Amino acid sequence: MAGKKTALKEAKIVLQDGTIFEGFSFGAEKSVPGEVVFNTGMVGYPESLTDPSYKGQILVLTYPLIGNYGVPNDSCDKYGLPLNFESEKIQAEGLVVADYSSEYSHYTAVKSLSDWLKEEGKPAIFGIDTRQLTKKLREKGVMLGKIVVEGCSDVKLEDPNIRNLAAEVAVGKKTVYNEGGKRKIVLIDCGVKLNIIRSLVNRGCSVIRVPWDYDFPADKELDFDGIAVSNGPGDPKMCTATIKNVAAAMKKELPMFGICLGNQILALAAGGDTYKLKYGHRSQNQPCISPATGRCYITTQNHGYAVNMKTMPAGWEELFVNANDGTNEGLRHRSKPFMSVQFHPEATPGPVDADYLFDEFLRMVK
Amino acid sequence: MVNPNIATCQTDKQFADKIYFLPVTPYFVEKIIAKERPDGILLGFGGQTALNCGIALHDSGVLQRYNVKVLGTQIDAIKATEDRELFVKAVETAGLKTPRSFAVTNANDALKAAEKIKYPVMIRSAYALGGLGSGVCRDAKELSDMARQALASAPQILVEEYLEHWKEIEYEVVRDASDNCITVCNMENFDPMGIHTGESIVVAPSQTLTNHDYHKLREIAIRLIRHLGIIGECNIQYALDPNSDEYRIIEVNARLSRSSALASKATGYPLAFVAAKLALGYSLTEIKNSVTQTTTACFEPALDYIVVKIPRWDLKKFRNVSRKVGSSMKSVGEAMAIGRTFEEAIQKAMRMLDIGAYGLVGNSDNKANPKSRRGSRGISGMQSYDLDDELANPTDERIFAIVDAIKEGYSIKQLHDLTGIDEWFLYKIINVVEIEKELAEAATKELTPGLLKKAKQNGFADRQIAKITCAKANDIRALRKKHGIAPVVKQIDTLAAEYPAKTNYLYLTYNGNGDDITFSSSHKKIIVLGSGVYRIGSSVEFDWCCVNAVFTLRQLGYEAIMINYNPETVSTDYDVCDKLYFDEISSETVADIYEKESPEGAIVSMGGQIPNNITLKLNEFGVRILGTTPGSIDQAEDRQKFSQLLDKLGIDQPQWEELTSIEEAKEFAAKAGYPVLVRPSYVLSGAAMSIAFADDDLEQYLAKASKVNEEYPVVISKFIMNSKEVEIDAVAACGKIIIEAITEHVENAGVHSGDATMVFPPKKLYVETTRKISEIAAKIAEALSITGPFNMQFLAKENEVKVIECNLRASRSFPFVSKVSKKNFAEIATKAILGLEKANGRPTDAANGVSCVGVKSPQFSFTRLKGADPIISVEMASTGEVACLGSTTYDAFLKAIMAAGFKLPEKNILLSVGGDDAKIKFLPYAKKLSELGYSLFATHHTAMFFEKNGIKATMLHKVSEDKKPNILDYLDGRNEEKLHLVVNIPTAFTKKELEDEYVIRRKAADYGIPLITNLQLARLLAEAIAAVKPEELEVKAWDEY
Repeated sequence: MAGKKTALKEAKIVLQDGTIFEGFSFGAEKSVPGEVVFNTGMVGYPESLTDPSYKGQILVLTYPLIGNYGVPNDSCDKYGLPLNFESEKIQAEGLVVADYSSEYSHYTAVKSLSDWLKEEGKPAIFGIDTRQLTKKLREKGVMLGKIVVEGCSDVKLEDPNIRNLAAEVAVGKKTVYNEGGKRKIVLIDCGVKLNIIRSLVNRGCSVIRVPWDYDFPADKELDFDGIAVSNGPGDPKMCTATIKNVAAAMKKELPMFGICLGNQILALAAGGDTYKLKYGHRSQNQPCISPATGRCYITTQNHGYAVNMKTMPAGWEELFVNANDGTNEGLRHRSKPFMSVQFHPEATPGPVDADYLFDEFLRMVK
Repeated sequence: MVNPNIATCQTDKQFADKIYFLPVTPYFVEKIIAKERPDGILLGFGGQTALNCGIALHDSGVLQRYNVKVLGTQIDAIKATEDRELFVKAVETAGLKTPRSFAVTNANDALKAAEKIKYPVMIRSAYALGGLGSGVCRDAKELSDMARQALASAPQILVEEYLEHWKEIEYEVVRDASDNCITVCNMENFDPMGIHTGESIVVAPSQTLTNHDYHKLREIAIRLIRHLGIIGECNIQYALDPNSDEYRIIEVNARLSRSSALASKATGYPLAFVAAKLALGYSLTEIKNSVTQTTTACFEPALDYIVVKIPRWDLKKFRNVSRKVGSSMKSVGEAMAIGRTFEEAIQKAMRMLDIGAYGLVGNSDNKANPKSRRGSRGISGMQSYDLDDELANPTDERIFAIVDAIKEGYSIKQLHDLTGIDEWFLYKIINVVEIEKELAEAATKELTPGLLKKAKQNGFADRQIAKITCAKANDIRALRKKHGIAPVVKQIDTLAAEYPAKTNYLYLTYNGNGDDITFSSSHKKIIVLGSGVYRIGSSVEFDWCCVNAVFTLRQLGYEAIMINYNPETVSTDYDVCDKLYFDEISSETVADIYEKESPEGAIVSMGGQIPNNITLKLNEFGVRILGTTPGSIDQAEDRQKFSQLLDKLGIDQPQWEELTSIEEAKEFAAKAGYPVLVRPSYVLSGAAMSIAFADDDLEQYLAKASKVNEEYPVVISKFIMNSKEVEIDAVAACGKIIIEAITEHVENAGVHSGDATMVFPPKKLYVETTRKISEIAAKIAEALSITGPFNMQFLAKENEVKVIECNLRASRSFPFVSKVSKKNFAEIATKAILGLEKANGRPTDAANGVSCVGVKSPQFSFTRLKGADPIISVEMASTGEVACLGSTTYDAFLKAIMAAGFKLPEKNILLSVGGDDAKIKFLPYAKKLSELGYSLFATHHTAMFFEKNGIKATMLHKVSEDKKPNILDYLDGRNEEKLHLVVNIPTAFTKKELEDEYVIRRKAADYGIPLITNLQLARLLAEAIAAVKPEELEVKAWDEY
């Protein structure tokens, strides 16, 4: 393990079932509770940590060597969007890794991962057998847990999924990016990853980012051509307002594109049902097959809930299916302009294979 | 299957229906096609040789004529990757970037191109394997020299932008006919651009790439591979600017490569298997992930460990060779280590190289003070060196120089500026050096459990810690056990534990707190120790033995547990055995695994010298050694003990003595008479073995020998001139031989057995000689109570037989004799070890009933080893071998040398035969060559001798003489007709081969002219080409013999 000269503080991660893994602290000195989830991606910790979908969760990275390339700067593009992150701050509650590299090397790096975590007040722990921990989560399903740092007051376990997490991470007020773009897309922010916005503005769209519960069908002033429903944390059923608004938009047959949580919201709005996966899909190597073409795409994913395809009403078909476990990876309406995917076509982190879906959506928008 | 590499598993019956041990050349493959009329041909599995052959067959219309379909990537796409101009065009069309580059066909144009690009520039030759003929040129002189040389073996070369110190990154890409395309693995070179990836330390996955870098290059890879239309597997190499977002695509290999073998082992994703399926038209989604057996093969493995590969060089074996590593490949093998920290993996890999290193640090003799100057160079043999130069212009030992520089207080920046190695890697090495310091401090106080654990987590071996802390390795082991510090077993599962794995592809780590597997089994378990890293002297042959042992064990219902760490082997395919531990073959690691698994015992006699060397230690650790006892193995390995045994049994041996001082050695030599042979015990492939002709030779050699192996004494023996060398491979049970095979060497004694041309069944041995050899082998087998495989080497002269050595393990020639005789020695040996096969009366002579002759020829790599003297001697120099079968020795011999890359002479032959005796002996053969219509050329003395004896030969002046006609002109073939064969028989065995002769040999190698330096071999060649015309060479499958 990387040996820093300063004395290391011990820390541990405690699971709901009583399992304890001991390591050392390299983040903020405080203890936190959360839902413990693992991600098997090998790159992209700055992107993952700032992904709002990790709100309420303690993130375990299965790739053991973390911190190698430090953390990039927080400069923004011309739309005011941070260039290097998926939101303005670290969203995960805590980070668990095997081997933290205190020394980093990359031309874009401005600070170490440890310093960043400390600045953002997020605890982190290294020296953990993350494989053993992951196997436990795989076998027993995701569990509640907590990071407890030596000398910091202990905390109680808390289930984040009973909170409306989307509401906690979504934008507070309507924000417009690339005003005057060719097409106007209303983006319902349930915890959107910024690359969804970038993917749309880079295609010449004007993006109107609205809070998760914004009643856009009722906003007569709002002029738009299509709707994007973002990713976000937690149980989709907590987003009752979003579901209601999307259902209303569906009645009007407005073109819409759901991503991740957005996929689940479209399903719920259409009258289908969702369920919690045992340990979710959090990785950058999920193969998704398009039943229409037989083609398989490698996708990046971060979700704990999934759509139960059997509950979907007539008219809906599966856009993608997970090649490994057969779970739903996307929906499409046979006659209406609705599509959604369970994975992340905007990538960051992960493969960009599915980036073309933004073009498909925009073709639908016309 | 067409492959003359007889020692491979792929040329085993269970792997192919029909096997041709023939050269992979358009000529022979066309004959095979005409005979077999296959429906399809796979070109992407046999490396560059197969690819080049396939392109030639396509271009000459053979494939079309016989309606043979190329499966997988089509020829057009292959050409677009192989022809640089086409490639650059294709990359540009795809909107991507390659280095600035100009294709030239002569040295002048090369200079012009370099001016446009600006020095330093890089030259590369198209259609070349292992970066042959490529290099960095810093000025016009270097460029003009190198360009001439490269153009001698390639019609076209490229002068390119040299991307010094850019990161070198590779991706392995798989694409199916339905256009599904994935990258299975990426790898990052520790050594930046300028050093061939085969010469670099490589890690998987990349370590210093951000998400942006990683996925940008991944997307480019997929875009380009789609654009090129590759179907199956390929490899793409990039240069990535460490200071910006710039990249260049260096090359695409539209075939499986060394990198894909590494990637397969690094990820558990069976690239060759999948590529074969795709070539047959399957789509990726139709193939299952071999590890989980439930998920799809259309995915990208997620690793939860780090893999480090380090090349193994054997440059010390070559006289005059340049030890610099660069853009041309010189390494002969590689070790791959798996860990959960970089430090753990790289330190394992350093030990796996089997070059005597204990890790990155702790190799110094001055172990108490790791800060001492040149500390880590203990194994290097170099007394002093220029550290800055070593860092900037690396040799095979740069990694040690980095450690030294850190200890000398070089800053990270200095190190990075000199080496171009990413700072992240350097920080990790510093970390190891720091821990060494902590351990050294602990030596004077107390080694705390915390520090011990930290050291183990950072890859320190028990013996390394012992060396640093001035303790004994056994005590460190005991201390570890006392504190419960033990490694855990982790699985490689391709999905980072997301799905359960059905296979047992395993490694050990100290960075974990639980084993992934349980160790109970309903079957009896047996561990087979593998052969470790390939090096000169130990290659694919031992892997064949291990794999056959494993197959035999499994057939007999045992659970076969393999331990090996060589990514190039079949034994490290996780589906070959029941459990694969991809880890060190050291007494420490094997004992750790043994204690977890509690098997019936371990087989140490199949993997060559590495397992053999740790037998005693393993036995001490309580490992039950199956087969011949450790005591007997030691008795055969220890020269002194073995000699006493021979004396006791009344078996003759060359006069010898164990050496304690140079004075004693000289005394011995005076008594026995020169020449004498000097060698250390416990070595394979004749490391530091030499013949001395005078006192000063002796002094020089002894200095070299003692450095290679200090733990064991050095032995000096009388060297017997003009003696034949004969080997026996055998299997015995309880001291009785079951089966034996006697093989003769074409070359007289004085050529290492690994470099010798071997004939089986022997054709030129007296019955009395073979009888004596069998008799001696039987006596030895009984005396050492051998159970399992063994091999002995003999000198035979006028029916006198003397024993040279005896190895109580499988030998390099086991697969050769097994395949020629169709009697599987490895299988029989395994059964003997298990007590299931007994001798039944007299030993079976494997030659009985063999209707053909097998000839095994060495494959040399002198062309790549810049400066090395391409001569064969007691020190092994060949890097591979091939064998062909024929009805006659001549037929098999010609095919075998052609398979090893030898081109039969068209017309011009240079003869340079040293010494009167050799000249007289060669005279009839020269006459024969002359009669056959060859144009003979000769050096001064040889020409005069021939003239006196009525043979016409054109006299050529030596290179050093500035006179025409000069040899140099005929070697480079620019102004004169090029030579097609050089026969240079060195003047006796004198120490200083005349510089002129060296120049002839070296230039022959540089200009790709076939070279023969041995009299017996030259005679056999002359006989063979007189007896068999090339078009008469047999084209028969193995089962037709």
